Amino acid sequence: MRHIISILVENKFGVLARISGLFSARGFNISSLAVGETEDPKVSRMTIVVQGDDKTLEQIKKQSNKLIDVIKVVDYKEGDFLDRELILVKISVAPKTRKEAIEAIESVGARIESAGDKSLCVEATGDQTKIKTLLELLKPFGILEVVRTGRIAMDITGRGLKSDGKPEVNE
Amino acid sequence: MKMNGAQILIECLKREKVEMIFGYPGGAVLPIFDKLYDAPIKFILVRHEQGAAHAADGYARATGKVGVCLATSGPGATNLVTGIATAYMDSIPMVAITGQVKTHLIGNDAFQEADITGITRPVTKHNYLVEDVKDLALIIKEAFHIASTGRPGPVLIDLPSDVQLQETEFEYPDKVSIRGYNPTYTGHPGQIKRAAKAISDSKKPILYVGGGAVASDASEEVRALAINNEIPVTMTLLGLGAFPGTHELSLGMLGMHGTPYANHAIMDSDLIVAIGARFDDRVTGKIDAFAPHAKIVHIDIDPASVSKNVDVDIPIVGDAKKILKELCAQAKKPDTKAWLAKIAEWKKAYPLKYKDDNALRPQYILEQIYEATKGEAIICTEVGQNQMWVAQFYNFTRPRTMLSSGGLGTMGYGFPAAIGAQLGNPGALVFDIAGDGSIQMNIQELATAVANKLPIKIAILNNYYLGMVRQWQELFYNHRYSYTCLNAPGAEPDFVKLAEAYGAVGMRITDKKEVRAAIDKAIATDNTVIMDFRIEREENVFPIVPAGEAMNKMIGGGLA
Repeated sequence: MRHIISILVENKFGVLARISGLFSARGFNISSLAVGETEDPKVSRMTIVVQGDDKTLEQIKKQSNKLIDVIKVVDYKEGDFLDRELILVKISVAPKTRKEAIEAIESVGARIESAGDKSLCVEATGDQTKIKTLLELLKPFGILEVVRTGRIAMDITGRGLKSDGKPEVNE
Repeated sequence: MKMNGAQILIECLKREKVEMIFGYPGGAVLPIFDKLYDAPIKFILVRHEQGAAHAADGYARATGKVGVCLATSGPGATNLVTGIATAYMDSIPMVAITGQVKTHLIGNDAFQEADITGITRPVTKHNYLVEDVKDLALIIKEAFHIASTGRPGPVLIDLPSDVQLQETEFEYPDKVSIRGYNPTYTGHPGQIKRAAKAISDSKKPILYVGGGAVASDASEEVRALAINNEIPVTMTLLGLGAFPGTHELSLGMLGMHGTPYANHAIMDSDLIVAIGARFDDRVTGKIDAFAPHAKIVHIDIDPASVSKNVDVDIPIVGDAKKILKELCAQAKKPDTKAWLAKIAEWKKAYPLKYKDDNALRPQYILEQIYEATKGEAIICTEVGQNQMWVAQFYNFTRPRTMLSSGGLGTMGYGFPAAIGAQLGNPGALVFDIAGDGSIQMNIQELATAVANKLPIKIAILNNYYLGMVRQWQELFYNHRYSYTCLNAPGAEPDFVKLAEAYGAVGMRITDKKEVRAAIDKAIATDNTVIMDFRIEREENVFPIVPAGEAMNKMIGGGLA
């Protein structure tokens, strides 16, 4: 099963290596990982998509929490979060297929960011369903290259994590 | 007051009440060594950095204080790694300080450069690369705090040589606050209540005590819980000494080479109270078959240890000593008469035994060492058969007297650990029980022991083999002794001459009748002593649970 885990860490040298090292040493599988500063520049947030059963997930949370530079670990539950991923796709187009491709791209709300004679670069932001749909629509044209940021997620319940690790509202 | 990095380091170590440092000099730590020259901290010059890390570990295990080791950059630092990993696996508080090349050279493959924070990341509780001298005092304060609190462990500080020379105003912080590090000490009251009820309701309870009980200084509380409630106690290798092995409620060690009665008791129990133990594979055997009828209470300071290997019914995260105090106050004594009678039967039917003939057998030697020392000595072990025979045939009565690399299983640990233990306990009688293989892994420390006039007694159980591996080859690989014979008899190193070459005392014992006199003479000798016991070559450690088998499927234990 896939889970989105959000980890607040001290924005220090080597923290990413500590997290990725822990995951590889313990055999946890990372599907994607996105890191960036939070509203507090001393704190970074890592959004990690992992695969595993409940027991593995429990260990991932506990082992991550043991790292001194980890401030807080949250496992987002279904329906409690908003998630987005940014994707860039380069597809090949021929004069014959160009119009059809543009229609397909626009139909899912993706944008053409760069166009060449033989290829188009498409950008899309969205949840996993949208990104999957886009990739399926573009597949027949011939996908040359895909670059994805990995998912980022934000709590929408009001119990979310601020950079100090405390919830927005006291329950 | 303005100080340079090296001075700040020494000043901080003084504030942390560090009595001694184990280490080895080198280019990248010259500024530190210059300040050590007239510092009021004892420096123990080892002969190999691995020895420094193990000695700091042995010092920490025997005294309960933080062990400190120091090495130069590059190879000095990498030589510490095995010792750091050993301490990490056994949760031993240690601060390792390494020199590093100048900050502007880091990453350039400079002479004697190694990315030691990268290398030690998975085997330290935390580590630091000091980039600015202004951070140094706080980092050292944090390092000692992290190493010694919560689940203890090693912390490494990598200190570039230019930072050692940079100056800043020295100020030592009185306290630290790390937002991502707040160990839980007090157990959840509701969980403690449930555990107390489980104890009161149990018919076949057992305490399963590990190294965490020693780390938490909880042996008094373990005793109280066991004795007041008449609950039998079994211990892991690192738990030995947390409860007196001489007490009738003691079942000795459990696990792969545990006593048959400990293994049978844990498999048959209806309640396991695990105290600072982590259900390691050497203890549980085949995990699906482990203690099928037992409810499990798990007391541990590390939440990640709980429900990692086995599913736990009542987890209690916190300090074992505090939690056991509460448990003792709340638990009502269960009726364990029938249970203890059953265990007494097992004890009678399946004692640990060995062939009592005229041959020189290691078990006999350990029994004699036990008698000669009245169970009061600090016993360090190497790894392999020697280690298991110690666990089986020496009855530890006090915590912090059994020093052994349990988790990592590091050959070459015992002797340098004995050096640390002896320096930390100058009056104590310290033994290293070794094999002829493992003693040669850090034999160079004989020079350290003799130079510091340490009366450590090394008993080599010499069978010319890497005995434990040979035993597995005999039992599970059809007697094919592939590269486990170190030397044919007659071609072996002469350990007596070797001892003498270093200025120690050497003795050779080939006859069972000479054993006790040799031990007594060694104890009376005020010098490092090597006793080279030429034991029965193919003696095995029994019982043994083959890897991956259920704990009651023992070979040589008398239980089917």
